[in-house]
Amino acid sequence: MPEAGRRRVVITGAGTVNALGRDVPATLAAMAEGRSAIGALDFPDVERLSVQIGAQVRNWQPEAHFETRNLTLYDRVTQFALVAAREAVARSGLDFSGDAGLAAGVVMGTAGGGVMTWNEAYRAVYAEGRNRVHPLVVPRLMNNAGASHIAMEFGLRGPSFSVSTACASSNHAMGLAFQMVRSGAAPVMIAGGAEAMLCFGGVKAWEGLRVMSQDGCRPFCATRNGMVQGEGAGVFVLEERDHARARGAEILAEISGFAMTSDASDIVMPSVEGAGRAISGALRDAGFAPDSVGYINAHGTGTAANDRTECAAIRTAFGAAAETVMLSSTKAMHGHCIGGTGAVELLACIMALRDGIVAPTIGYRHVDPECDLDVVPLAARELPVARALSNAFAFGGLNAVLALERA
Amino acid sequence: MSRNVSENIIAIIAREAVLEPEQVRADMTLEELGLDSLGLVETIFAIEETFDISVPFNANEPAQSGFDISSVGAIVQAVERLIAAKGQALA
Repeated sequence: MPEAGRRRVVITGAGTVNALGRDVPATLAAMAEGRSAIGALDFPDVERLSVQIGAQVRNWQPEAHFETRNLTLYDRVTQFALVAAREAVARSGLDFSGDAGLAAGVVMGTAGGGVMTWNEAYRAVYAEGRNRVHPLVVPRLMNNAGASHIAMEFGLRGPSFSVSTACASSNHAMGLAFQMVRSGAAPVMIAGGAEAMLCFGGVKAWEGLRVMSQDGCRPFCATRNGMVQGEGAGVFVLEERDHARARGAEILAEISGFAMTSDASDIVMPSVEGAGRAISGALRDAGFAPDSVGYINAHGTGTAANDRTECAAIRTAFGAAAETVMLSSTKAMHGHCIGGTGAVELLACIMALRDGIVAPTIGYRHVDPECDLDVVPLAARELPVARALSNAFAFGGLNAVLALERA
Repeated sequence: MSRNVSENIIAIIAREAVLEPEQVRADMTLEELGLDSLGLVETIFAIEETFDISVPFNANEPAQSGFDISSVGAIVQAVERLIAAKGQALA
């Protein structure tokens, strides 16, 4: 329960672009159906990769969304961020013109920023021997491009920045925005994350770590053999609850707590202790008893190390309640959207809280004794959920967990 | 050839494990060498670059990868097989 007098923070808008759908309704429908968007990757030189599957946004037509003169500034990651932000803002019904935009800001997470712009510029100068790159390469590839273009498009003139914490980027971004609204620093914040690194250079870099699957993403399954990358964006409108109520806005869910921790141990191997402290911290910040939480959207990457560690961390933080809480990883459907993944996955929490539909962990075949929690295998469940968590654990040992409840 | 392969691999492993090549024995495990997961992927990378081969190794399921990393000697044999297979493919 929030403390008396403490500002409460609600979500009044949501938007997304990802391999499952070009907007929130299409994405939630796919999650409820348990559909996978993972398939053969399609881009130049893919035949030179040992990993050739991913969850790509297919037939993306930038011209359908943007004017040509603006597109020259927009890497694919910015395009996803902007289209998702448009849906979120439209859904919220907010208008930031005039003074309304003075205090409102935007925080966006991304791990790689404009990876495709780097990829194409390097191809031009190294592979093709050209001596020039496009003059706007720098503003196109910088990590804050998405946040800045969202601010410009909607006239958000308050606190705005980007966050880069690998796979936890968007949870950190949304958590910071939540704290800013709760503290009174801003009445409204746009927050989320975006990633687009499904190109030859992006996937080639990942191959080297040997943690990617060549045949599919099967989180928590005994047969899991690695992660599968996705791409896309998720963007949300976070608003002080009285502000939202005063204008009669529809509330999708409430954000009740947030916690972040650092493992301070290993640059790639996750830690039960660090992840467990982040989960416990989010529960404490929200005032949730573990047995009041119905659903956890897991980080659930499908690697041997993450899934085993995450289940142990949940047991540490939840105690006996870990044996009954529903837990699923939607990455088997939309892939691991890296810096945008927490934002895309927050949609599964909203679906659980608002619609009473718990997204499944698809691809699941056999129980792994080290991951034997209720992972909602294969098919969605219709069950009312009052409270939910969303986990994100990054390379570098940086953990960020959000706590939400039904509006 | 075989002697060179073995010496080369031992030199790579010794470098990654920060040991002298004379300290690396064929029966040693990665654990005994003090090689962690990052040291292992760097070792495999160096082996691939040195011998111009592709090593089928997935850190999520080391036992399923068809590349035995249970000891230094096992790695040498696995690399020799990959080099032989490459020779046959080229022949």
